[in-house]
Amino acid sequence: MSVDLKPGFSQTGNLTAGNRLQSIDIVSVQSTEDRANALTSGHRACQGCGEALGARMAIDKVMELSRNKVHVVNATGCLEVFTTPFPETSWNVPWLHSLFGNAPAVATGVQAALKAKGMQDVTVIAQGGDGSTVDIGFGCLSGMFERNDDVLYICYDNEAYMNTGVQRSGATPPTARTATTPLSGPHPGNNFGQGKNVPKIAMAHGIGYVATATIANVRDLEAKVTKAMSMKGARYLHIHVPCPLGWGSLPKDTIKLARLAVESGLYPLFEGEHGVITGVTKIRKKVPVDEYLKLQRRFTHLFKKGADAQDLAGVQAIADAHIKYYGLLDDGDK
Amino acid sequence: MLKQVEGSIGVAEAIGLCRPDVVCAYPITPQTHIVEGLADMVRKGKIASNCQYINVESEFAALSVCIGSSATGVRSYTATSSQGLLFMAEAVYNASGMRLPIVMTIGNRAIGGPINIWNDQSDSMSMRDAGWIQIHAESNQEAGDLHIQAFKIAEQLSIPVMVCVDGFLLTHAYEQIESSTQEQVDEFLPPFKPMQALDCANPMSMGAMVGPEAFMEVRALNIAHFNNAIEPIQKISEEFETIFGRKAGGLYEHYNSEDAETVVVALGSVNGTLKDIIDEYKQDNVSIGSFKIGCYRPFPAKQIAEQLKHAKRVVVVEKDIFAGVGGCLANDITIALKDTDIKVYSVIGGLGGRPIFKKSLMKILDRAMKDELEELSFVDLDHSLVDREITREDLFMTKAV
Repeated sequence: MSVDLKPGFSQTGNLTAGNRLQSIDIVSVQSTEDRANALTSGHRACQGCGEALGARMAIDKVMELSRNKVHVVNATGCLEVFTTPFPETSWNVPWLHSLFGNAPAVATGVQAALKAKGMQDVTVIAQGGDGSTVDIGFGCLSGMFERNDDVLYICYDNEAYMNTGVQRSGATPPTARTATTPLSGPHPGNNFGQGKNVPKIAMAHGIGYVATATIANVRDLEAKVTKAMSMKGARYLHIHVPCPLGWGSLPKDTIKLARLAVESGLYPLFEGEHGVITGVTKIRKKVPVDEYLKLQRRFTHLFKKGADAQDLAGVQAIADAHIKYYGLLDDGDK
Repeated sequence: MLKQVEGSIGVAEAIGLCRPDVVCAYPITPQTHIVEGLADMVRKGKIASNCQYINVESEFAALSVCIGSSATGVRSYTATSSQGLLFMAEAVYNASGMRLPIVMTIGNRAIGGPINIWNDQSDSMSMRDAGWIQIHAESNQEAGDLHIQAFKIAEQLSIPVMVCVDGFLLTHAYEQIESSTQEQVDEFLPPFKPMQALDCANPMSMGAMVGPEAFMEVRALNIAHFNNAIEPIQKISEEFETIFGRKAGGLYEHYNSEDAETVVVALGSVNGTLKDIIDEYKQDNVSIGSFKIGCYRPFPAKQIAEQLKHAKRVVVVEKDIFAGVGGCLANDITIALKDTDIKVYSVIGGLGGRPIFKKSLMKILDRAMKDELEELSFVDLDHSLVDREITREDLFMTKAV
């Protein structure tokens, strides 16, 4: 696969991070000179890593809002491995990694310690990938939600176990090829009718704030971090982060893929408080799921000769169901 | 002040006097009364710190919470037993690898299957090599006192400590204990100054990934620090005696065994039974004594070998047995005495809560003193049943083939 490195100038308007023409109070922290750079350069993420971008965007905003008073607990996974190969670290924040499945509980402990010390002005963040969040650490996550501990949990969802070599997780979408959902049998790739929707499960806990965000919309992401940071108690932010390695996509397409996931309806952007949806980010220009899927090798089997048309139709049906459930299109567009 | 309390409450009160900042546990018998006691003390504001008591969804989460709070620089405590300790195993190794000075009570209980809630020591034994210091209590008095020492040991050395307290036999038994005062504990136990902690003024990354280029050194350092704990553990128990005026903890304790021909070695509450037995033998002028091991990990092999060098034979009585190892303590003692001609007998008793009766143990010791005892024997095991079943299963296997 050849990589097209030609810069593309596209007019994306006010949503771009680097729009320095905006007034300073609404400009993204990513385009300000004094951003914290919580996750600094030199780390070992792959080219085009969506998770590295997502983590920097989210934690920089947290740093700005908390005036650098942050403790971050990180689950095992890509983000932990590529940022802290001993003796190096890319984190400009107090940062703690313990295990794969316990980041929410460790964050509870950090928060309890701060409370014991009377230092409740420090924000506690727990973060991990989808494997940690959706699968192995889910018990601890649910416990942290249920106790309403004062922790903002951020999941960077790249839809599989990328760090161990792209195996299926509970967040892997149907039909996606992973190392453990190979392209064999009558329905290649991951199964339909499985998977765990953690944003919805988080809503069911009745916690103060739940939101989904994407690295394709920095200002929306930052607004959601800001909203989360204005509250106390357990809060959950789910960020969709494309993975060139695991998805078989071009590094230059990371942001584009994140945008297409939203515009196709496959990844709905919404926010909710205490179990009630309070807002959705409407789709600006609806695209068929093909546009999103075709840029990823994990889905190429859907478009090959002899592919079961039901599989592609099934993915489109998921997108359509999201659009209907969350009301992602303006009434005129329906 | 002397009072009659349940062992668990004595332990809870001792922990409360240590001003813990975070207490986090998940219920499992027989540890429950300890954390119930602490939960009540926190609610009533009886602990002289801004203590946070956290109810969690599993033992894995309980120790993980302590990992988070200890890494944030506060005194952290948890307690568990049996399956709970196994369920937190990954975090057990993580806490010692990160050198977080957490104190954890083990209300010693058998591990399944078959499931069994009663006392033996196979739970703490299953984690004997996890890099945690392990100290064992003989009585309820010692159980409380060891917790006060445990925080000092842990925080001085930056190594987590398990205090092993026999389930039911101690945790649920009412005994007279002399309670400590806040003044005594404050004099003995200084405020916790962490080796390193999360700090906004000095951000650092804790728990980084270590590759082949440094992992060996990290492990070697960790083990070296661990092995160096032996002397401080002894010293801290002596400091305790100075301030509190009573003995507790330390590496070992002789009971009529300084020059005895036969020495019975054991951990925990069975030492009480042994002391009664030794008293009976003493009336008949039999040269036998008992030797309590207070600190099981790190194992003070040199000190023990020196203390036992006069013995003709050593009988190790313990409440655990592991496939491929047998009795863990007997194994350790055999290695410690490898350069001597001392005969080591391994006696397994009390598994899954079976009582260890004086009479039964004396029968075994009588045979040991005549060197008629098998290398491995069991207290009150129904041999006929076991033999019958082995024969039956042999027949079954033959038929199956």
